[in-house]
Amino acid sequence: MIECRSITKIYVNGDQETRVLGGVSFTIAEGEFVAVMGPSGSGKSTLMHILGALDYPTAGTYFLDGKDISKMSDDEQADIRKDKIGFVFQSFNLLPRATVVRNVALPLVYAEVPKKEREKAAKLALTQVGLDESRFYHLSNQLSGGQMQRVAIARALVNNPSLILADEPTGNLDTKTGEIVLKTFEQLNKEGHTIVLITHEAEVARHAQRIIHIKDGDIIKDEKVDRP
Amino acid sequence: MKWPDLFEETYAAITINKARSGLTILGIVIGIASVIAMVAIGQGAQSSIEANIQSIGSNLILIMPGSQRGAGVQVSSGRGSAQTLKLADANALEKEISGIKAMAPEISRRYQATAKGKNTNTQVIGTVPAYLDVRNVKIYSGNFFTGQQQKSLSKVAVLGPTARDDLFGTDVDPAGQSIRINGIEFKIIGVTKAKGGTGFGSQDDMIFVPLETAQRFLAGEDYLTTISVQAQDQNSMTTIQQEIANLLLRRHNIANPQAADFNVLNQSDIVATASSVTSVFTILLSSIAGISLLVGGIGIMNMMLTTVTERTREIGLRKAIGGKRRDINRQFLAESVMLTFLGGIFGVILGWLLAWGVSKFVNIATQVSFVSVLLAFGVSAAIGIIFGYYPARRASKLNPIAALRYE
Repeated sequence: MIECRSITKIYVNGDQETRVLGGVSFTIAEGEFVAVMGPSGSGKSTLMHILGALDYPTAGTYFLDGKDISKMSDDEQADIRKDKIGFVFQSFNLLPRATVVRNVALPLVYAEVPKKEREKAAKLALTQVGLDESRFYHLSNQLSGGQMQRVAIARALVNNPSLILADEPTGNLDTKTGEIVLKTFEQLNKEGHTIVLITHEAEVARHAQRIIHIKDGDIIKDEKVDRP
Repeated sequence: MKWPDLFEETYAAITINKARSGLTILGIVIGIASVIAMVAIGQGAQSSIEANIQSIGSNLILIMPGSQRGAGVQVSSGRGSAQTLKLADANALEKEISGIKAMAPEISRRYQATAKGKNTNTQVIGTVPAYLDVRNVKIYSGNFFTGQQQKSLSKVAVLGPTARDDLFGTDVDPAGQSIRINGIEFKIIGVTKAKGGTGFGSQDDMIFVPLETAQRFLAGEDYLTTISVQAQDQNSMTTIQQEIANLLLRRHNIANPQAADFNVLNQSDIVATASSVTSVFTILLSSIAGISLLVGGIGIMNMMLTTVTERTREIGLRKAIGGKRRDINRQFLAESVMLTFLGGIFGVILGWLLAWGVSKFVNIATQVSFVSVLLAFGVSAAIGIIFGYYPARRASKLNPIAALRYE
């Protein structure tokens, strides 16, 4: 499903080269729940941007559903993001002063889905992440942090993507609400969604089935998590 | 993104910060409104001047003295200064040129007129009874002087309504009373009907006296300041105008038409001259108003740049969920166009109200033309595109990763 072959990313600043990713290779199968874990500056965010078709690798190839994403044009990448990828960000990135349903339906606006279907799909996604129906027409800035993040997860789900990418989804939440959000991911994974979770916390990573440890731009360990 | 969705997004974005959008729109409203109002005032002035000129008579040719040039002297003493136009010229015209329906020579000057302690400075016109027909003047009360009174140098005067108001007050019939013009006593025999022309050259603030009386007792000169000739019909005007010029050149012994000491104007020339003056006036007013529109446009640009900065993360998100450059560009362009378009609508309404208020309270005729309204909409949409282009482009070019991290 996801196949990365020696993905390299080098930032050039003047005549100084910074090697952020040094030839990373791995595959992720459909339906997996993978955590990419590493300390800050390890290159995990850059990896996520490449996986999310927001950035290009300096070298190497990245296949998503059999398509080489790494050589695509900006607009083609935008289409991939629209159809195949759902993002969950640390800071939620909801539209303030817009209703929950409108926030969740936003990706479908770019997919040119008719309005009625958009709202139906948005409500379905919100039910999947377990948000109470009474909140559907609240403004997004009236919600608590945990609720906001679940709305953001619903938004990532709404276009039925091949891959959900979550970048430190619990970073702005307290442990208890973070736990609820992680349970939501586990639940979605059980329903068949492929999830890649980026984190620096071992506690968070443990919710996945597989952890890819990354440090200084290289994979240092790729382990399966045994869960009771 | 589909058009209805684009419209919805735009509407939502504009209504989020109503005060700011409102103030930005206000800049455009003021610009559009002042353009509409200024053009309306200019066009109103133009048509009222044209109506004024038409009201002085029909098929009219005016002969006025030109500049005086002595033999061998290169100094021109200015238009209207020549004193060579005489009553004999007027009589010769009437005798020798066919196609003239009526003719009225006149000598006019401003004098101080007094009556029972009130006084006014007004235009005193010494003329003949034919003036009534030629210049389309009607008698309101009393009589105009007769040919007999004119020939016998009677000191009789006919007041224009404004002069009557100034000297006796409104709704007073001054017939039989006397006034002094430049110290000489005249008996009032009538009042003319108001012509209405306000502002630009009132035709009501006048006193009419017999021509010879004016020449002998007031001016002490025997020249004329104008000869008004009424042609039989519109078509013969150019021919008559040419014949008059030829005859007067011959009579004044001037070989070179360029050196003529008189001007022959026909009414349509005067209309054309006045129109060109008012259109310059309209262009001047509306370009000043246009500057405020430009300032409004800069206000739009300023707001859009602020919006793009404030919404950097939103732009990042929109790109992350599949928005293309084109989508982002369109969204921000749509916002600025919607702002200016709303400004255009309110501006047209406000401009129309202003024009209406001006004609109602300041008594200047105004005319809001359909073309200027259409133009206002076109201009406001264009301003939206021009001043929204740069901010929208800036938004669409944002790097999604950097935009998402923007604090």
